[in-house]
Amino acid sequence: MTGDVILTFAADAPVGVAPWWVMLIPALPMLGVILCTLMAIAGVRSKLPAWVTVGCLGASFVVAVAMLLNHGEGAAVAKAWDWFHISWGDAQGQQFNAIFGFYIDRLTILWMLFVTGLATLIGLYASEYMSHDVGPGYCRFFVAFNLFVFSMACLVMGANMLMLYLGWEGVGLCSYLLIGYYYKKPSAVAAGKKAFIVNRIGDLGLALGVYLTFVHFGTIEYAELFASDKLAGYLEHASHGDFSHIPLAAQVIPMLLMVGAFGKSAQLPLYVWLPDAMEGPTPVSALIHAATMVTAGVFLIARTYPVFQVSEYALPTVAWIGGLTAFFSATIGMAQFDIKRIMAYSTVSQLGYMFAGLGVLTSVGAAAHVFTHAFFKALLFLCCGAVMHGFAGQLDLRKLSGLWRMKGWGIVSITMLVGCLNLAGFPVITSGFWSKDMIMAEAFVRPGMGPVGWLLLITAGLTAYYTFRVFFRVFVGPQEYHPGDELHDDGHGAEHFHPHAPGWAINSVLVILAVLSFVAIPLVALNHGGWVGEMIHGSTAHYEAHAEAGHHGSVWLAGFNPHAVMYYISAVVGIAGILVAYALHLRGRTSAGEAPAAEAFKNALGPVQRWAEHKWYVDELYDFLFRKPLWVLSQIFRYVDMLLVDGLVNTAGWIPSALGGRLRRGQNGVLQSYAASMAGGLALFVVVVLILASRSG
Amino acid sequence: MLELVLCQAGYPEPMASVTLAHYLVLSAAMFVLGLVGFITRRNLIIMFLCTELMFQAAGLALIAFSRYHLNLDGQTFVIFVLTVAAAEAAMALALVVLLFRRRESLSSEEWAELKG
Repeated sequence: MTGDVILTFAADAPVGVAPWWVMLIPALPMLGVILCTLMAIAGVRSKLPAWVTVGCLGASFVVAVAMLLNHGEGAAVAKAWDWFHISWGDAQGQQFNAIFGFYIDRLTILWMLFVTGLATLIGLYASEYMSHDVGPGYCRFFVAFNLFVFSMACLVMGANMLMLYLGWEGVGLCSYLLIGYYYKKPSAVAAGKKAFIVNRIGDLGLALGVYLTFVHFGTIEYAELFASDKLAGYLEHASHGDFSHIPLAAQVIPMLLMVGAFGKSAQLPLYVWLPDAMEGPTPVSALIHAATMVTAGVFLIARTYPVFQVSEYALPTVAWIGGLTAFFSATIGMAQFDIKRIMAYSTVSQLGYMFAGLGVLTSVGAAAHVFTHAFFKALLFLCCGAVMHGFAGQLDLRKLSGLWRMKGWGIVSITMLVGCLNLAGFPVITSGFWSKDMIMAEAFVRPGMGPVGWLLLITAGLTAYYTFRVFFRVFVGPQEYHPGDELHDDGHGAEHFHPHAPGWAINSVLVILAVLSFVAIPLVALNHGGWVGEMIHGSTAHYEAHAEAGHHGSVWLAGFNPHAVMYYISAVVGIAGILVAYALHLRGRTSAGEAPAAEAFKNALGPVQRWAEHKWYVDELYDFLFRKPLWVLSQIFRYVDMLLVDGLVNTAGWIPSALGGRLRRGQNGVLQSYAASMAGGLALFVVVVLILASRSG
Repeated sequence: MLELVLCQAGYPEPMASVTLAHYLVLSAAMFVLGLVGFITRRNLIIMFLCTELMFQAAGLALIAFSRYHLNLDGQTFVIFVLTVAAAEAAMALALVVLLFRRRESLSSEEWAELKG
């Protein structure tokens, strides 16, 4: 395609028409779904599904890059067909329309770039990681993998909230399918169900939000919604801090959408499914449960950012929930021993940062953190996956040590260090540092959000500690390893176990991701938000600082302007966390399981450490508050059904059966007895008639 | 009881002449003989003969009433019954032959498959 039909519009100009080829982005993964399904049917027993997947997703990424190169100002819609067209009421005056189409603006492009890019890389990684399953399982994995990218594309690129909802449910389905990939393992099946059911709660909020949007604004098409005079009027009121003229319905919409976002992005109180989701294969954890799907909630809020601004309480609520989630899950992550679970809690925690960023009105910071987090968290997960793959499923940080010096584990160790530095927010040379800073500085600047800022700052220290706890325990220190329980090789048993170092596919993906996490630095750091900032400013997530401009610079943190000093503060906090981890988990450690300093620290904490290790008993609390009452209720229904309903039906059936049982004895098969009873009956009848006749006569 | 039946037939005096009551008594006697035979015997042919006896008892009563009321309905009816009975006898005896071939016995006790 030439460059002249492309997305060039002014920000406030009517929405233009996007070129047809943007539809290739969802279409190519769909092609992958079809091809992998056919391969499953044909019984392909090779790595072909992986190469097809990498090809399809890679082509999809190329189209996303083409979209980036051709984009202009504003937004454009590519319509595939009319999806729903319903009219009712007087003269069919009421209408509900939804197209099957795609809304392209810079936010979409930003998201699709890292979704398709990471999906391609992780597909390549999975080709090696899943190699022990080559056959029907391998096809099944890649079908769901492609379907996930298709759904994610619908979610991110959809032209209306219904498309978003389609994608939302689609990624939920794929998440369920892939968490439960090892369907013979009861814990994996339970984790899949938990993820699906907890997400249902959030999805109810989203569905109601979409419905209320239609009822209130009369449309769910983004292009019409963002151009509507009604919304513009509300935003005008909101910009003057006057929320009393905005109807309650409009203020409730973001509250409902928020519930959906909290469910999908694992925020308090719906975060419980994400740590359990680590039962799935590691590439899935990296792609779906760290880099892309769980950021759908952030995307939803960023996409409907104007709708969130018309409510007085919506964004502050988002900020508080984000800050609390970040802190809460970091405390859990500190006490876990399963390295993949630590990464899961850290994902929940980092998602909390993104929500806090949206809540304190730095959509640029939130998007930047989504962007950098996608790379370094995928990297961290894939490193954990490489360890798990090589040591027969071993994930306990007390059972592994000193991988650094083992043959073939150099690349994993170095890339893990890169990931850890990013997550810990090591100053200046990591992208995670820059994106996290933007959010924290803004939290201190925003009036009333100081406590959230402190929560995030403390969390930054905790994050650095637990991240390097993993690194210092597993990758450096004395060499030692105990294999896990997934010994699927030639029956040599644990004593003859040899770890197998990752091959070229895993290593090359790790290196690319490590490089990308550095490449992201200038993209988010330069010129307040850098390239990501530019992408956000040209989209619906752009925040106009209206009346609040005056607050900038007037809030002080310990006597300094937060924007100026946050870099230094967070650098100190991050390095302090790393040093604490060093003191507790590397210095004086003699073997994988024995770290005297950490033991002493643990004993000093007393029961608190145990509570944190048991995840503050939140699962038990939910069990007590929701599952138990529901179970009791279901038992009541069960007995009502068994005793009352079934009882009535069974009694009705029992009467004829019992009666028949008695009468059956008369049918004895002796012809003479039938004749005798007939004669007797006739005689009886005659006698009765005669008696009656004699009475009346 | 018997007296009651005879009174209703309009004949208080027994044994005066051959009246309707005599026919009816004969008919009843034949019917009861047939019934008792049917109930007590096990041989299919005898049982069949007993049913014929009951048939004819009913026919006799019909003819007696027909004569008593001086219309021909009853007699007509009996002609039909005889015709049907002849056909039925042919069929019933054929059935008996078939049943005998199956069990090599004429006892009705051989056939009790529909008992509950």
